Amino acid sequence: MKRGFTIFALLTAVLLSYALYQALEVAPTERTMGDVQRIFYYHVPSAWTAFLLFFTNFVASVAYLIRRNPKADALALVTAEVGVVFCTVVLVTGPLWARPVWGIWWTWDVRLTSTLVLWLIYVSYLMLRRFSSSGQTPVLAAALAVFGALDVPLVYFSIWYFRTQHPQPVIGGGGSIAPQMLHVLLINWLAFLCFAVLICWSRYRLERLRQELEEVQAL
Amino acid sequence: MSLTRATLVKDLRLEWRSKDAINSMLFFALLVVVIFSFSFDPTAEESRQIAGGLVWVAFLFAAVVALNQTWARELRNQVLDAYRVSPAPANALFLAKAFGNFIFVSVLEALMTPLFIVFYNLRALGPAYQLPMVAIAGTWAIVVNGTFFAAMSLRTRSREIMLPLLLFPISIPALLAMVEATTAILTGEVSAKFWIVLLVAYDVVFTTGCLLLFETVLHAE
Repeated sequence: MKRGFTIFALLTAVLLSYALYQALEVAPTERTMGDVQRIFYYHVPSAWTAFLLFFTNFVASVAYLIRRNPKADALALVTAEVGVVFCTVVLVTGPLWARPVWGIWWTWDVRLTSTLVLWLIYVSYLMLRRFSSSGQTPVLAAALAVFGALDVPLVYFSIWYFRTQHPQPVIGGGGSIAPQMLHVLLINWLAFLCFAVLICWSRYRLERLRQELEEVQAL
Repeated sequence: MSLTRATLVKDLRLEWRSKDAINSMLFFALLVVVIFSFSFDPTAEESRQIAGGLVWVAFLFAAVVALNQTWARELRNQVLDAYRVSPAPANALFLAKAFGNFIFVSVLEALMTPLFIVFYNLRALGPAYQLPMVAIAGTWAIVVNGTFFAAMSLRTRSREIMLPLLLFPISIPALLAMVEATTAILTGEVSAKFWIVLLVAYDVVFTTGCLLLFETVLHAE
């Protein structure tokens, strides 16, 4: 177990460096946007990773409500924490790119706003976990996670109707991307995903130890 | 159903005798109205554009005042623990509380709306008959989740501040819908239909969610 973690950590480090090299050196410079566009290799993989983590959090929360397994609760907690971190990266890198390209830092567009609302929901989730007494935290948090998931489509539709400016998704959205860029993007996503799994793994072990300690202390 | 009625009547009677929630909400909303009209000082045309936002922000903030008191009054003498051990269905209790809050917030809205109209010179240019629909669906949207999250924040430290922290992020689509629908009706430029449908969908989704999860949250140990 411990050795597996070390090997995985080394692999992730190598992969992250390779992805960095790919994004900064190998990927072709975009014709109109120039080097600013390279932030795309961090922005998009972080977004995908964050959404995947939030989805895992939802699944783990539902599993906890049904089975009451503390492992599911630990998984829900760590995916929410790491998800908020990646979501923050998305929300910071977005405006950095938007300022030179769109000329504005922020706009109330559907993807931006939905991501922001999702971030707000998960920050409130973490605050609830922090402020509730330990015995009830898992149930309350799981209930809130389900509410957050119910909210996502409503948020999306409401803001979609409100306004839209974000570039269409380049993959599966009718847009086109140079194959070389796609290649770099996917490598970066893989690296970020491994990084996320690595942090989740380490945080999960810590949380399980904390749970065990709490059980022992309760005896 | 009889339990819902009994709890609702009890809450209404308590409120009628003390008038704690309604008085604090009313005064709070009044302050918000006055402060907003100082800070914006709009013309009639501008006020049509911003009134939807102001009205609903004022009502939302005021509703939190009432929502915070929903369950807190059951803590005295361990009434809530008695509910927990009683065989009565949890959802009946939840509905009673949600209806009670709905009535309080509706009374507040009925009393405050004339003030808004006077202070901001409001006159709807669109179909005004849609406004009550927006008000009912919007109030329920705030109240149903608010009652649920108030039960959740009851178990936390610093519970008074926890309720808005939980309620506001989840309520963003509902708030957007209420504000946009009200603005659309007041200005009469676009149809409010989409927003009313969205509000109703929000109400249906979250009422179901609350009823499914309330028992779990009430019995969380």
